[in-house]
Amino acid sequence: MSTFNLDVYMPVVILIALAMLVAGGSLLLGGLIRPHNPNKLKETAYECGEEPIGSAWANFNVRFYVIALVFIIFDVESALMFPVAAVFKKFTQIGLGGTLLVSVFSFVLILVAGLVYCWKKGDLDWIKSFHSQANYAKKDK
Amino acid sequence: MNSTVVTYLSQSKELTNAISWLTKALGFDASSLVAFVIFLVACLIVVGVMSTIGGLGTYAERKISADLQMRIGPNRVGPYGILQFLADGVKMILKEDIIPSGADRFTFMLAPFLCLVGVFATLAVIPFSSGFILADLNVGIFYLVGMASLVGVGVFLGGYASNSKWSMLGGMRGASQIISYEIPATITIISIVLLAGGLSMGTLIGGQGGMPQEWYLFHNPFAFVGFFVFFIAALAETNRAPFDLPEAESELVSGYHTEYSGMRFGLFALAEYIEVFVVCGVATALFLGGYKVPFDLGTGAILVEKLGMDEMLAKNIGQLLEMGAFFTKTFALYYVVIWVRWTLPRLRVDQLMTLCWKYLTPIAIFNLLGCAVWMYAFDGKSIYSLIFETAATVAGHH
Repeated sequence: MSTFNLDVYMPVVILIALAMLVAGGSLLLGGLIRPHNPNKLKETAYECGEEPIGSAWANFNVRFYVIALVFIIFDVESALMFPVAAVFKKFTQIGLGGTLLVSVFSFVLILVAGLVYCWKKGDLDWIKSFHSQANYAKKDK
Repeated sequence: MNSTVVTYLSQSKELTNAISWLTKALGFDASSLVAFVIFLVACLIVVGVMSTIGGLGTYAERKISADLQMRIGPNRVGPYGILQFLADGVKMILKEDIIPSGADRFTFMLAPFLCLVGVFATLAVIPFSSGFILADLNVGIFYLVGMASLVGVGVFLGGYASNSKWSMLGGMRGASQIISYEIPATITIISIVLLAGGLSMGTLIGGQGGMPQEWYLFHNPFAFVGFFVFFIAALAETNRAPFDLPEAESELVSGYHTEYSGMRFGLFALAEYIEVFVVCGVATALFLGGYKVPFDLGTGAILVEKLGMDEMLAKNIGQLLEMGAFFTKTFALYYVVIWVRWTLPRLRVDQLMTLCWKYLTPIAIFNLLGCAVWMYAFDGKSIYSLIFETAATVAGHH
């Protein structure tokens, strides 16, 4: 079987289809036998027995957004690291390990610089301290 | 190379004969058809076994927690209550399916599907033995990381679509936690890829041996630390305690699946328990030697040589031994996961993020660089073989 034979991806497709089938099948099977007596009270969102106040789709803590941004940077960098890591052993065997080591180091150091920057700015703290905010305010003046 | 379960089976004469017979009978090349049938059967077996393991996982969880808290646990359904998960499954199918009126209906229904698809798709590259791996894709571990992140999407969508405050909080926490802990886990995986020199599961396990000193866990100090980084990150990625903030019962009712009832909730639970098995399996494959058994028993060569056994039979016995090794190690890790859950208290959100970004990520990056330097400096030799060689040279001089 050659490396480019797409037959090897057959199990992936089958497994995804099976996952759909298991999920859909159990829900359909349940649909035939389970009771269905909806009423207005039953269909309200659960809020510990109180009537829900407003929608849950309101403004949300911006920290989650910052985490997502930081994640994107690191995820792209780690995705780019995979090919280098995969050939590292071969390169050391043919004596080019040093070159690759330097490139790995320079690449990772850029990543570390980004991490240090985020750390310094306080983006990694869940609760951005008032202290750092006060410092920014002073600088603005 | 992309070896698959079909590649293994095509070593036997019966299959080759069957293919040629079918080709004659049908009038076209039947090898693809036979491959498809074998894949289908193998996938059905894997999905069946994994669903049972997922179900038994809930039983094990309750039984072990009962054991740790000096209770008895489920003991009514079947011997020692082992059929409890079937009873739970039947109950979930029979329960009414409630969709909140304010919910985003399509997304609400889509979320459990995404979780289950993400988990089931990862099963394609789980190496049960050297022959029984559904598809040893050449991008194996990369594919696994990618597919596993689909679960995070499912968790977030489930929380968002419910339009309930508890679900929203749980979904948000879940998404941020899963993506955050993906970073240390991925970087640790990269450092192991560095050692193995390939992305496929076959290459990753092929560099290791059956004896503990040949595992990547003991290859070098960085890989040793890396195992714990990976295990902690994997715990957090599967939303297991002490990182179960997305479904923290005491603060968020039930987190992202608060509004889910009946089988829809069951699908989330099933996906979670299978995912725990998957990450334990990956940890086994990357660090604990995977399916490798000592003394080349896996290939069956020793059995042919010493006992004069039939070659294919010896190979099959080897495969069974390998499967036994893989499952033993994975279940041991599974036990540790449950054990951790019932031992440690839950973290706070800020502690969770501090642990990930300020401890695990820098340590993982340091490990990555350490592994790279180790590979370059010692030519990829493990610490054991270095000590062994040094000892041999010293002994030789005297």
